[in-house]
Amino acid sequence: MPSAIFRIWRGAVAPRDAGPAARHDAGFVDYSLEITPGMVVLDAVHRIQAEQAPDLAVRWNCKAGKCGSCSAEINGMPRLMCMTRLNHLPLDRPVQIEPMKTFPIVRDLVTDVSWNYSVKRRIRPLAPRPPDAADGTWRMQQQDMDRVQEFRKCIECYLCQDVCHVLREHQGFDAFAGPRFFTHIAALEMHPLDRDSRLRELREEFGLGLCNITKCCTKVCPEYIHITDNAIIPLKERVVDEFYDPLKKLFRRKKGSAPA
Amino acid sequence: MGSLDVGVRRGGLGNTSRPDAWWAYPSAVFLGLTGFVVYSTWAALQGNYFYFHNYLSPFYSPLLFWSHGGIRSWFGAPPHWLVNVSPALLILWAPGGFRLSCYYYRGAYYKSHWADPPACAVGEPRLRYRGERSFPLILQNVHRYFMYLAVLFIFILGKDAWEAMWFRAPGGHGREFGIGVGTLVLTLNVILLAGYTFGCHSLRHLIGGGRDRLSSLPGRACAYRCVTKLNNRHMAWAWCSLFWVAFSDLYVRLCAMGIWHDWRILR
Amino acid sequence: MSADFETHAYDVLVVGAGGAGLRAAIAASAAGAKVGVVTKSLLGKAHTVMAEGGIAAALANVDERDNWKVHFSDTMRGGAYLNQWRMAELHAKEAPERVRELEAWGAVFDRTGDGKILQRNFGGHRYPRLAHVGDRTGLEMIRTLQDHGIHRGMSVHMETTLVALLTDGGRVSGAVGYDRERGRMRVFNARAVVLATGGLGRIFQITSNSWEYTGDGPALAYRAGAELMDLEFVQFHPTGMIWPPSVRGILVTEGVRGEGGVLRNREGRRFMFDDIPPLYRQQTADTPEEGWRYVTGDRNARRPPELLTRDHVARCIMREVREGRGSPHGGVFLDIAWIKEKIPHAAEHIRRKLPSMYQQFKELADLDITAEPMEIGPTTHYSMGGVRVDADTQMSSVAGLFAAGECAAGLHGANRLGGNSLSDLLVFGQRAGHYAAEFAAQNGPARSDAAQIEAAARGATEVFERPATTAANPFQIQQEMQEMMQAKVGIVRTGPEMDQALAALAELGGRAAHIAVTGNREYNPGWHTALDLRNCLLVAEAITRAARERRESRGAHFREDFPEKSPEFGGFNLVLRQGADGGMELRRQPLPPMPPPLQAIIEEMK
Repeated sequence: MPSAIFRIWRGAVAPRDAGPAARHDAGFVDYSLEITPGMVVLDAVHRIQAEQAPDLAVRWNCKAGKCGSCSAEINGMPRLMCMTRLNHLPLDRPVQIEPMKTFPIVRDLVTDVSWNYSVKRRIRPLAPRPPDAADGTWRMQQQDMDRVQEFRKCIECYLCQDVCHVLREHQGFDAFAGPRFFTHIAALEMHPLDRDSRLRELREEFGLGLCNITKCCTKVCPEYIHITDNAIIPLKERVVDEFYDPLKKLFRRKKGSAPA
Repeated sequence: MGSLDVGVRRGGLGNTSRPDAWWAYPSAVFLGLTGFVVYSTWAALQGNYFYFHNYLSPFYSPLLFWSHGGIRSWFGAPPHWLVNVSPALLILWAPGGFRLSCYYYRGAYYKSHWADPPACAVGEPRLRYRGERSFPLILQNVHRYFMYLAVLFIFILGKDAWEAMWFRAPGGHGREFGIGVGTLVLTLNVILLAGYTFGCHSLRHLIGGGRDRLSSLPGRACAYRCVTKLNNRHMAWAWCSLFWVAFSDLYVRLCAMGIWHDWRILR
Repeated sequence: MSADFETHAYDVLVVGAGGAGLRAAIAASAAGAKVGVVTKSLLGKAHTVMAEGGIAAALANVDERDNWKVHFSDTMRGGAYLNQWRMAELHAKEAPERVRELEAWGAVFDRTGDGKILQRNFGGHRYPRLAHVGDRTGLEMIRTLQDHGIHRGMSVHMETTLVALLTDGGRVSGAVGYDRERGRMRVFNARAVVLATGGLGRIFQITSNSWEYTGDGPALAYRAGAELMDLEFVQFHPTGMIWPPSVRGILVTEGVRGEGGVLRNREGRRFMFDDIPPLYRQQTADTPEEGWRYVTGDRNARRPPELLTRDHVARCIMREVREGRGSPHGGVFLDIAWIKEKIPHAAEHIRRKLPSMYQQFKELADLDITAEPMEIGPTTHYSMGGVRVDADTQMSSVAGLFAAGECAAGLHGANRLGGNSLSDLLVFGQRAGHYAAEFAAQNGPARSDAAQIEAAARGATEVFERPATTAANPFQIQQEMQEMMQAKVGIVRTGPEMDQALAALAELGGRAAHIAVTGNREYNPGWHTALDLRNCLLVAEAITRAARERRESRGAHFREDFPEKSPEFGGFNLVLRQGADGGMELRRQPLPPMPPPLQAIIEEMK
């Protein structure tokens, strides 16, 4: 049976903080493993855990790409370990597995993603219009739901947050919500029932303007959500409507504000 | 937004664990865009060889002023303070601005020309970053106004393509229908530009994307779907139309210079 | 005293942040309680996200003949009448309201042409009843509850695992656990505790459940003195992935069959037509043609046999495999691609209705389900049994200790219908949260006992103190237990094999007592597995004892040595509790008598 080398980050210090020479308490460790058909990276990590390194820390749940727990960087790219098949990777050199670099490390492949949860709490929830029918229900057309449903596919793996250079390179944690939450806000803003507007926060505290649409978030999304084209850019356009477009402003003033 | 104690952890330019040739794609974009800018600037500064009989280079259309004959301009001879300015410079700012502020190109040249980031999950050279939130990049929000102009240009270039089908009759009087290679070049040019322009993200928003309940507006819903279809391939339209508009100029230019012969397919 | 442990105090402590836990937390918050939520994983990752098909609720949006009575009788029939009738009644009556409120909280269900919530067909449900979002309904539900919940003022302790419940006299007083990140012990004082820990699939080898589902709720409750019930009923979902090996057990939604997918053996025969149980004969299609008309919405057609209850479909698949008509990797074929014979643009239709199935097979098995049949086989999916609770309040036999969702018993009887679990989570999560808050308001704070806390903490950390020389590997023991349980207490059971299983469990338990863990306490999976294993072994024993006692075949429980249903066994549930001597006590609890009006409904719908 063929085998492969897995070069896994071990330790409670992040790869970027460890410096060029790995410190004694953190660094890459190579594990050799036999490969079976259909294996994914998470299988390899589990086998290493069961047979060679029982204290190898890894976060996972569903193992089917539905929960978004096993996010890591495989050969330098943010990916879900459970959805990365070994037969799609070059196995003639070690498969390098590192924790997400944007978030503080806990240990080995596990990072502290709690910042993301704190951002979401700051986003105002859906404010539905009064029910359409006497029984307290609404009538909505599927074609209007389609757009929102795409965003609702998000499994909150935070790979988009990890790859976004505003967070990754520039540590914009205080001024920027990140692609995951632009998608979340887009789902609320475009929801046919919602009557609230989150455009002012988007422009100010959530830092939509910091996004320079380089589309890395879209590229790494395991749910294939068109984050940039369908969520971020439409939100940027809505912000332009509200704050930058003089004609729209004039038009609004004349008509009295009547949002869609 | 809940501060996070991560310290300053920058990679530095090119710092990455990616073993693949991540630099190849941004380099190709760099060459493509830079090549276009160099050629179009050179061609726009020439001020000559931009028409050949009924063909007009898209870099020079609409031709606002022209006093040297050979082709008709919109307003005749230029005022004296414009005499020494190439007619291309009077109009190229509009399509140029449209492309410069285009959402696709922005993302592309921020990467390839500004390394912000050079590629996904690859380190950057600068620590400072202000995004599109403050001057000068906040001006990118003007994109929709350039889009309005670009739509106008599609009609003008459409008219040029139409003109390119009417050749001077052999007798010297009147015009006759025909198709030359140049006709095809200019027609394809307007098709590609239209595919690019009508797939614009701003247009997509204005035509319907800004509404949450489009189902109640069937006409706009249909227009939104059409724009969305084009928008899905916006990058491909952007590159094809970019290449072809430059080639259209080159074609007309070389014909006008007598280097290429325009071959008549149908007369 | 517990001064050395970080201590939190809540009115209501909810254990688990899946659908039931979140719904309970929201209800308790709404009732004015101070709520803490403890979850083994991150918020929003619970197994509820894996639920694909939909939420069963008699909204009657697609077929106006549907109402709570039909739903009630479908649930009772599916559970082979071992269900607690009162729970089935409450569930059928309250599910529509619970679904509608999700919409107000932001859930975006698929729509009918006139803009209402769309409902789809599912096994055992007479009418199209499952409100759904493509094939990712569970994700939609958990995200909706999560996003609603975080604005309701609950404190969430993520990646925190409980090791013991605390009691004060006959009443629950809190819990002890540890956080995975740093491995520190935590004490939670609470007036009421709601268990919503989900399932126990990890006791078996082939399962759709993730690592978390180690029977924690039943084990914690049992040790605290509560009663468990119906544990012999473990649902094996008929369609799990079987190839490649690394994906074995991952669920393939029943929605595939609801959209027209058919089961075939290696000879290409639709074998489900060969064995239709008498109880369902009148409601099942005679011909493939009629089955197809049913899935396309013909109200006069009867459902295809692929949509019979899960226990029956799973056994039919096992029969085909055992008799040598299985697929190359030991399963059968599930074919949705064939519908291209029936409708234009079939591939696009499949991708739209079953997007995550399409993606799952494409990426994990290199298989295009719009072109080729899938290979599938049964996988451990759901436990009908769990903590025995009061039907109305969801309180267990320990005062102040509540349970809801999969870790509670009673609603589903001997077998659960697809779609009834999500509605179960909502209906009884809400009830448990509400009544827990009420209990907390009516009862003062309980006293927490330092000795109990010390004992729990010591029990959880002693694995670090054992000499590594005698080390038993927790992963190894867990794997052996899973293989053993799959072989001996799996889909087909016999008395002698279960005797062997009990002996094997005793042997594994002996070895587990010598587990030594290396490394430190920070995010150490070896340690976590060692602790989870204690719960697994306890619940495995409970399952085996109950299954050995039930000498008949009913619902999900199939005894090869007693292949028929027995009227005698149809009259009671099996209840387990810890005896005075520390051993497991098993007793037969007669079913509560059903009021005549409900009996009449069941007779009428037969």
